[in-house]
Amino acid sequence: MSKIVLQTENLGKSFTLHLQGGATMPVLAGVDLSLASGECVVLSGPSGAGKSTLMRSLYGNYRVGHGHVRIRHRDAWVDFATADPRKILEVRQETLGYVSQFLRVVPRVPTLDIVAEPLIARGAPREAALARARSLLFRLNLPERLHSLPPATFSGGEQQRVNLARGFIGGHPILLLDEPTASLDATNRDAVVGLVAEAKATGTAILGIVHDAPTRDAIADRLFLLSPVQAAA
Amino acid sequence: MTVPLLEAHELDLRFGAIRALDRVNLSLWPGEVLAIVGESGSGKSSLLHVLSGQGAPDAGRVLYRDPAGAQHDVHAMPAPHLRALHRSDWGFVHQNPRDALRMTVSAGGNVGERLMAQGARHYGDIREIATDWLRQVEIDPSRIDDLPRTFSGGMLQRLQIARTLATHPRLVFMDEPTGGLDVSVQARLLDLIRSLVSRLGLAVLLVTHDIAVARLLAGRIIVMRRGQVVETGLTDQVLDDPQHPYTQLLVSSVLQA
Amino acid sequence: MNGYNFAYLDEPTKRMIRRAILKAVSIPGHQVPFGAREMPLPYGWGTGGIQVTAAILGPEDVLKVIDQGADDTTNAVSIRRFFARTAGVETTTHTAEASVIQTRHRIPEMPLRADQILVYQVPLPEPLAKLEPSRAETRQMHALADYGLMHVKLYEDIARFGHVAISYDYPVMVNGRYLMSPSPIPAFDTPKMNRMAALQLFGAGREKRIYAVPPFTTVRPLDFEDHPFKLVRAPHACTLCGARDSYLDEVVTDDRGGRIFVCSDTDYCEGRRDAAPGEAA
Repeated sequence: MSKIVLQTENLGKSFTLHLQGGATMPVLAGVDLSLASGECVVLSGPSGAGKSTLMRSLYGNYRVGHGHVRIRHRDAWVDFATADPRKILEVRQETLGYVSQFLRVVPRVPTLDIVAEPLIARGAPREAALARARSLLFRLNLPERLHSLPPATFSGGEQQRVNLARGFIGGHPILLLDEPTASLDATNRDAVVGLVAEAKATGTAILGIVHDAPTRDAIADRLFLLSPVQAAA
Repeated sequence: MTVPLLEAHELDLRFGAIRALDRVNLSLWPGEVLAIVGESGSGKSSLLHVLSGQGAPDAGRVLYRDPAGAQHDVHAMPAPHLRALHRSDWGFVHQNPRDALRMTVSAGGNVGERLMAQGARHYGDIREIATDWLRQVEIDPSRIDDLPRTFSGGMLQRLQIARTLATHPRLVFMDEPTGGLDVSVQARLLDLIRSLVSRLGLAVLLVTHDIAVARLLAGRIIVMRRGQVVETGLTDQVLDDPQHPYTQLLVSSVLQA
Repeated sequence: MNGYNFAYLDEPTKRMIRRAILKAVSIPGHQVPFGAREMPLPYGWGTGGIQVTAAILGPEDVLKVIDQGADDTTNAVSIRRFFARTAGVETTTHTAEASVIQTRHRIPEMPLRADQILVYQVPLPEPLAKLEPSRAETRQMHALADYGLMHVKLYEDIARFGHVAISYDYPVMVNGRYLMSPSPIPAFDTPKMNRMAALQLFGAGREKRIYAVPPFTTVRPLDFEDHPFKLVRAPHACTLCGARDSYLDEVVTDDRGGRIFVCSDTDYCEGRRDAAPGEAA
């Protein structure tokens, strides 16, 4: 019996660019979205409609401009519009995971450690976390010889797979995936589809931005359409 | 939710006409890393100075909660208490490790000093603890009897960190911990700090002019300008969605390598 | 007394020194500043010890003065004669007969009694001086009982040499509170200070400090649990009296490397020789 784990109410977001004389750029308006456990919703809409902005607002990376973003966390609702920063950090650690489009890490840290880190932060013993990281990387077809290297020199596709491994390892109940297959070939796209299916089966709720149609069709239970907001006259 | 470990209320500090601190408020909770960023003249170093009890503010209070839960006014504390605090529950990592290390004392002696000051009297135990700490900061344990003057800049900084953490402080002040180090060395040190902080559950007040360091290490951030706090909040939120004009300027000024 | 006040110093000065001594006795091991006077000996020759002795001497006292354990060196003879002239007190070389013993760098072998006072000549009263150059900082350290630095020095010795390499002026904790320099007595003598029946007074003339260890006060040399303080002594018997438990001086007898070891405490050695004539080793 699935339940709603993420819900926005009349969510709006604009950016005020002080360096451009205070120009205001509206990006989202009146967004009402809900996500249930075990389902995968894919955001759809033209480029510039605000899909990435929406995702970042759901993660707390962007401040909520207007309305509410509610996340089901420890059997209660947390509203990111009003939650204090430490609460948001707690939600991210336990409940809400995020796979961004780009990998951003400390240079010189080996891939295996980067991937294992979210699991270690959740209290898992180091050896077990490293083992799980290794198996996830194999699943995503990243060979052993890359595990001990820092990912800075990897190709875009390899970096994306490191990002994915890091996102899936924590077992978060809610996952946000921003273009998870953008730089991947067919084999790896399938691996991602497999990971998503497994996660859904354990009750994970997934929200994704996916441009490539086959992947989208394979993972989406439904689509959420986002239309571009009219700019202020 | 727990109570804050350290609180600052309405701090004011002036040097003549210059307002080094202008009604600054902040709180630090156990186990969290709070970065204080700003350019030179922002007041961030003065803030660290006042928060760690080394200089009194003209107005306002700094309150610290000890392990028993009692709250103390840091600047009303008798000097012996403050000194004892600095030797046990608090740590301070200086930008220049030579300011904190005894350069004529071996690495092991440097790490063991705070332990001995607290009453440790078993040579073998002290040595074992020091060896373990050297390993944790990735210094070859066989260098335990070497003098710091034979160490590189990065090693000195790691030795300072070992020395500071040896007594398991709950709160560590860090003043530009990677400033002055070669870029290649900084990365490794940053990751070491990150893993130690997370593993030991340390609360850290980190002053830095380097936004990238703040992004990597801190969960929350305070942006200062001319003694005032202009913006505060979740680190990635403040840096990716800055609200204040000055923060937007600061973030957009960072060079991308 | 040839125009001098009793024991050379004027009465107000003696009163000032006695006040300092009282304060020192109340805070065992704590260094008390005092207004040291110009003495007819230069600094480095025992002016601190002389001022303390002068302040406590009475006409009934019997004074013994030793220098490195001997009654007959130049300094010991000069100082003894100084007090004989200016105070007219009886002097002696026998430890048992003395009520006040002024010493440079040794404690007599024979245990002292509750009716005796031992006055030490001290060159450098600050035990942390060689480790921390700032006097203001060392005062802070004493005030806060912040002595980690001294333990670091001991740690360094053990790391470097396998043992604490301090053979004289061994740092001690007095009454569990103050770190004190016992003056440059050999480490061998340090245990004698612990719970001594006699009052121990320390005078540093150049540095202008007085400190004290009251009778029966604990005085413990600094050490580690797994590297406890060890008595170090030349493994010989005294050539003159055969003693195996006293501190020995090494005396070169010829230019071919010949040497003998004799008791540093001349009175002790003589006493043993008188008690058992013909028992030389």
